[in-house]
Amino acid sequence: MNKTWNNKAWFMVLPVLLLVAFSAVIPLMTVVNYSVQDTFGNNAFFWAGTDWFAQVLASDRFWEALGRNLLFSAIILALEIPLGILIALNMPKKGLGVPVCLVLMALPLLIPWNVVGTIWQVFGRVDIGLLGRVLDGIGFDYNYVNDVFDAWVTLIVMDVWHWTSLVVLLCYAGLVSIPEAYYQAAKIDGASRWAVFRYIQLPKMKRVLLIAFLLRFMDSFMIYTEPFVVTGGGPGNSTTFLSIDLVKMAIGQFDLGPAAAMSIIYFLIILLLSWIFYTVMTSSDDQA
Amino acid sequence: MARINLDHIRHAYGEKPKSEADYALKEVHHEWNDGGAYALLGPSGCGKTTLLNIISGLLQPSEGRILFDGKDVTYLSTQERNIAQVFQFPVIYDTMTVYDNLAFPLRNRGVAEPEVDRRVREILEMIDLAGWAKKTARGLTADQKQKISLGRGLVRSDVNAILFDEPLTVIDPHMKWVLRSQLKKLHRQFGFTMVYVTHDQTEALTFADKVVVMYDGQIVQIGTPAELFEKPSHTFVGYFIGSPGMNVLPAAIDGSAVRVGEETITLDYAPAVSAGAKTELGIRPEFITLSREGMPVSIGKVEDIGRQKIVRAEFVGKPIAIVVPEDGEIPADPHVTFDPAAINIYADSWRVGREG
Ligand SMILES: Nc1ncnc2c1ncn2[C@@H]1O[C@H](COP(=O)(O)OP(=O)(O)OP(=O)(O)O)[C@@H](O)[C@H]1O
Ligand SMILES: [Mg+2]
Repeated sequence: MNKTWNNKAWFMVLPVLLLVAFSAVIPLMTVVNYSVQDTFGNNAFFWAGTDWFAQVLASDRFWEALGRNLLFSAIILALEIPLGILIALNMPKKGLGVPVCLVLMALPLLIPWNVVGTIWQVFGRVDIGLLGRVLDGIGFDYNYVNDVFDAWVTLIVMDVWHWTSLVVLLCYAGLVSIPEAYYQAAKIDGASRWAVFRYIQLPKMKRVLLIAFLLRFMDSFMIYTEPFVVTGGGPGNSTTFLSIDLVKMAIGQFDLGPAAAMSIIYFLIILLLSWIFYTVMTSSDDQA
Repeated sequence: MARINLDHIRHAYGEKPKSEADYALKEVHHEWNDGGAYALLGPSGCGKTTLLNIISGLLQPSEGRILFDGKDVTYLSTQERNIAQVFQFPVIYDTMTVYDNLAFPLRNRGVAEPEVDRRVREILEMIDLAGWAKKTARGLTADQKQKISLGRGLVRSDVNAILFDEPLTVIDPHMKWVLRSQLKKLHRQFGFTMVYVTHDQTEALTFADKVVVMYDGQIVQIGTPAELFEKPSHTFVGYFIGSPGMNVLPAAIDGSAVRVGEETITLDYAPAVSAGAKTELGIRPEFITLSREGMPVSIGKVEDIGRQKIVRAEFVGKPIAIVVPEDGEIPADPHVTFDPAAINIYADSWRVGREG
């Protein structure tokens, strides 16, 4: 085959390059720039090397927030993935129920993050919120403002409510792609409900589950808006996640250097964990 | 190992069938003998898979009953009917090994592991995949998948019947022949009732004691290969069985005289046709003799197919096929005679007998 060489073709990708440069590369490099310098104001910057990184990594504040993030993501994944699979398995496969269920499932996904936060913030209030009043009325001593456990439960329930649908929709897409013949063969082979799930449905959902898992991990690990709106990081520091801490540091205290260093560390952690999950999950795929 | 009765079975996929055309199965009323080997032959969409699914219990018929050895099983599950079925589109569990795929139906029924191992190894040997036992089923070729699917149907030795839905479509001809003889051997050894769906008439005729021909949601004939050849009970069977198929010519019946175009053929009986029926004469190409005497024809194309020649000719303005032996000559002034014993008369596509 004859290939035509024409360097003008590079102009075709120029718009994308510019877009990526302005939206990702330049901001990222700015952050890198801050992370290795110190300033005493007046736009005078000094080379600080890896000092900020060392300082962030040595602080308890960072490790505690990281611990909260890991715990939160672990709980979210442990709840949303199985729950999502369970709901998807029980959704109707044909008839009028299909569009109804799909729309119901898609609804929470359409609500903006900060609105979700506000809804639950009001919903859970002990003085005027429906949930808060009801729980209080039936004898629970529920108060997400003062009680650490209640604050966590509120955030988790809110996230499950908001995002399980995503897992459901992805799993459902995997399930409906299974031809009827598989279920027929399973019946002839005398397979139990569990065997059908284990050998037919789970293998078919594997790819979409990987996507669901990564999306939910990254998203829950970067959680910001909901705790910011509902608990503001409290009570105490109990719901101060890395993102909230980062914003406090950068905007509240104007510590640009440490905040920049922390951003980069935060970014690398997400990248690293996602890569590990991806590798582990796809390699088990090859062996199986 | 069961006698299967299909008692006035009808099936429609839609909710409320209004006309005859809404039924995928029009009316099937028939008995399959215990231990019989049946081939189910018919064109695409005639309802073969539907019938198998009704027998195995994957589908509930809209009307009618199914009996196994006289016991009504219409509402029993597949599991309770104890039937093996090999599907038209091979299903394999691709996260399992080849071995586990074959062991699956046995393990699900709690068969002891030594027995599982014995059966699976036997089947692996039979389908020629012994070397692949430990491989995962993913990434196998289409014919290997089809063999596994077949193997899973054969691995249980205690079933009432085995239903095969075109099980060998992508297997190469030699292996197909090998597997078919293995099936016959298993059939003799265990005496399962076997139903074998196929499009391919040679496959049907070599596998089965009885061939069941389906057409448009109905069973149009059940018989031995010889019966289907000599006395097709429906013009469709005449076309479908034999190569080339039966010649069917419009005919007017008057007592024992059959008029085709300007020619008249006299039979030794008077077919019982009711007035107003569409009548036709059927004659197989093998029973037409080409010579200098008889009724005139004009020769079109001559196809040489090895031991025979097929002559395409025109008779009373209609195309017909004639089979001529390899050394048979084609006269310059061609005429044909029909073997009177091989003539079948059809009224509204159904064969009418000699009884009058
Ligand atoms: N699940 C279904 N829903 C609705 N109609 C169906 C369904 N399955 C089959 N049919 C229809 O019923 C008729 C018989 O189908 P069936 O699959 O039994 O034919 P078949 O003889 O097995 O054909 P083939 O040789 O192509 O496999 C066809 O007209 C088909 O379109
Ligand atoms: Mg079919």
